[in-house]
Amino acid sequence: MILNRRLATANIGVAIGAFGVATFMALMQALSRANLDLPWRSAQMYYLSVTGHGVLMALVFTTFFIMGMGVAFTTRALERPLRLPALAWAGFWLATIGTVAAAWAILWGKASVLYTFYPPMQAHPAFYIGLTLVVVGSWLWCVSTIVTYLAWRRDNPGKVVPLAVHGILATIVVWLLATVGVASEMLFQLIPWSLGLKETVDPLLARMLFWYFGHPLVYFWLIPAYVAWYTIAPREAGGKLFSDPLARMVFALFIILSAPVGFHHQFMDPGIASGWKMLHTFTTFGILFPSFVTAFTVTASFEVAGRMKGATGLFDWIKQLPWGNPMVSAVLLSMILFAIGGIGGSINAALGMNAVVHNTAWIQGHFHLTVGTATALTFMGVAYWLVPKLVGRDLELGLLAKVQPYIWFIGMFLFSISNHATGLMGMPRRVYDAAYGGSAVAAQWQGLTLVSAVGGLLLFVSASFFLMVMLGTVLAGRRAEQPVIQFAEPLEGAPTRMLIFDRIWVWVVVAVVLVALAYAYPLADHLRMDAFGSPGFKPF
Amino acid sequence: MHVDLYERIWMWGAGAIVVFFLGAIGFATVIQGRVPPSHVELLDPRGVFTDPRFSEPGVTTNPDGSVEVNLVAQIWIFRPNEIRVPAGRPVTFRMTSPDVIHGFQIVGTNSNTMVVPGYVSQFTTTFDTPGEYLIVCNEYCGTNHHTMAATLIVEEGT
Repeated sequence: MILNRRLATANIGVAIGAFGVATFMALMQALSRANLDLPWRSAQMYYLSVTGHGVLMALVFTTFFIMGMGVAFTTRALERPLRLPALAWAGFWLATIGTVAAAWAILWGKASVLYTFYPPMQAHPAFYIGLTLVVVGSWLWCVSTIVTYLAWRRDNPGKVVPLAVHGILATIVVWLLATVGVASEMLFQLIPWSLGLKETVDPLLARMLFWYFGHPLVYFWLIPAYVAWYTIAPREAGGKLFSDPLARMVFALFIILSAPVGFHHQFMDPGIASGWKMLHTFTTFGILFPSFVTAFTVTASFEVAGRMKGATGLFDWIKQLPWGNPMVSAVLLSMILFAIGGIGGSINAALGMNAVVHNTAWIQGHFHLTVGTATALTFMGVAYWLVPKLVGRDLELGLLAKVQPYIWFIGMFLFSISNHATGLMGMPRRVYDAAYGGSAVAAQWQGLTLVSAVGGLLLFVSASFFLMVMLGTVLAGRRAEQPVIQFAEPLEGAPTRMLIFDRIWVWVVVAVVLVALAYAYPLADHLRMDAFGSPGFKPF
Repeated sequence: MHVDLYERIWMWGAGAIVVFFLGAIGFATVIQGRVPPSHVELLDPRGVFTDPRFSEPGVTTNPDGSVEVNLVAQIWIFRPNEIRVPAGRPVTFRMTSPDVIHGFQIVGTNSNTMVVPGYVSQFTTTFDTPGEYLIVCNEYCGTNHHTMAATLIVEEGT
């Protein structure tokens, strides 16, 4: 039994719908890479599609999935329905209306500005207003969840908050802190400017606000995936969580280190002194640490699972894992690719090396391992496990679900590795055609772009399997009593004493102080500078 | 808080790796002075072509032998479109945009910068290997973004 079942289902439904649309766009882009002559293939369609794919996958699919998963996990772990459910529903509808508005602007060719929407390229106001509504809608979900937690806390003084809720609260804190940046960019710059109320905007200030949001955004995607790795996967694999307190430490570290890192996306920008870029390099590397810890704890939890099934010797436990359970295999395969993504990320974050990879195909190779696999594939695994519980039906087309994570893994491996390679060879990201008028250097990228197209095709097959399983389950799955959500038990038993990591407020305060240290001065300095604004351009 | 011995070792190792990485970056930045283009200079994007700094984009050689390249990156072209510089001598690139954001990347080198309207991007580099290089715009700038390119010719030192 899932409390607020309809709300959770509605959110996950929109998420999967957005995923479906974005998947078809991805197919078109992959085929574009192979330079095939397809009907409707044009540069305009390509950039429209890249915008749609980015917005629908990175902003809509993730946000709605996280809201749905958050509702299901919070209400189950706290064993109480959401407080202010009407507010959470209002949030769902606002975000849905916003998605429709932004999607309309994109599909009608009025907003081919990519999902980073850097001004002075100017989209239709519906694009900016729509995305703002998605964010405002998500805030209402945040408020409802926080109020629910506070009510639980009042009724259970001194009790340790369940780990799943600890993780969801960390997600919410990171999100609230991060969205201040994009909301400011939208409300003070882009919306009035696109409506003609403001003549010019400062494009560098917009980039600073965007990346103040844009990097913690990736932890907003990642923390819920970690919640699934820590609280669901060990149990599904037949084991226990190796260390509960360290998981709490990881979430606390994400709260404080997610935000003061944004300049590492702006290493190549003019107008920002290198000292500030260096400071953000330090904080960025700090955030490697919690992921290192996660790699150990989750792997150790899987080892516990294998050994509980009777594995002996050093590596026999790997064979004992339920590789045929798509929830478990999705997490295991996500972790493998995420390890490569993490190494790539530390290269991106290195002040000097970034010059070699900045804005090359390497970058899209990188983030398809992180958000495109660690987050997206984990969410697909979670969907196989959660959606049957939400709709009260058995998973349909189980065989497709079983092979889907593996196809994703292979497809993403080909796509990502070839993009990393062409990126190192200097191929820029986000180009419709990489021939450069027959340039000899550009010709060297050709073989590898074909490999990336093959990877893209496999990813399309995998995504289609996922969509078929979801549709099949919802429409034709056998109605049957489903097991309730059960979280993994810690190996050492449930925690009885609150740790410093459980005092979320302490971490919120530290996070705000760190943000102030990392941003207040450079931002004030920038505003003092009296930069020139830019009028809008629509070269699409 | 009890932490398993192996996990404790792992965490110390992870901490050491992070410190080592930062040490290496700190060394490259502070001791070797390898910093990304971080020049701070303003310019009105609506007056790029009348501004003396960019009214005549091109290559100039200073009396001390160093070379300066002034460039305008604008929707779908670089001005000038062909740049000739000598090998083995420091070359300072200065550029700006009169319209949207562009990127400037010399393929096969680590020359890479964003070009943001309202700001002047600047960096100095030395090309050791003569030859022809491809310059591409690496920040999306509209429908023909993928055609925005230029040629750099590095000539044998004279």
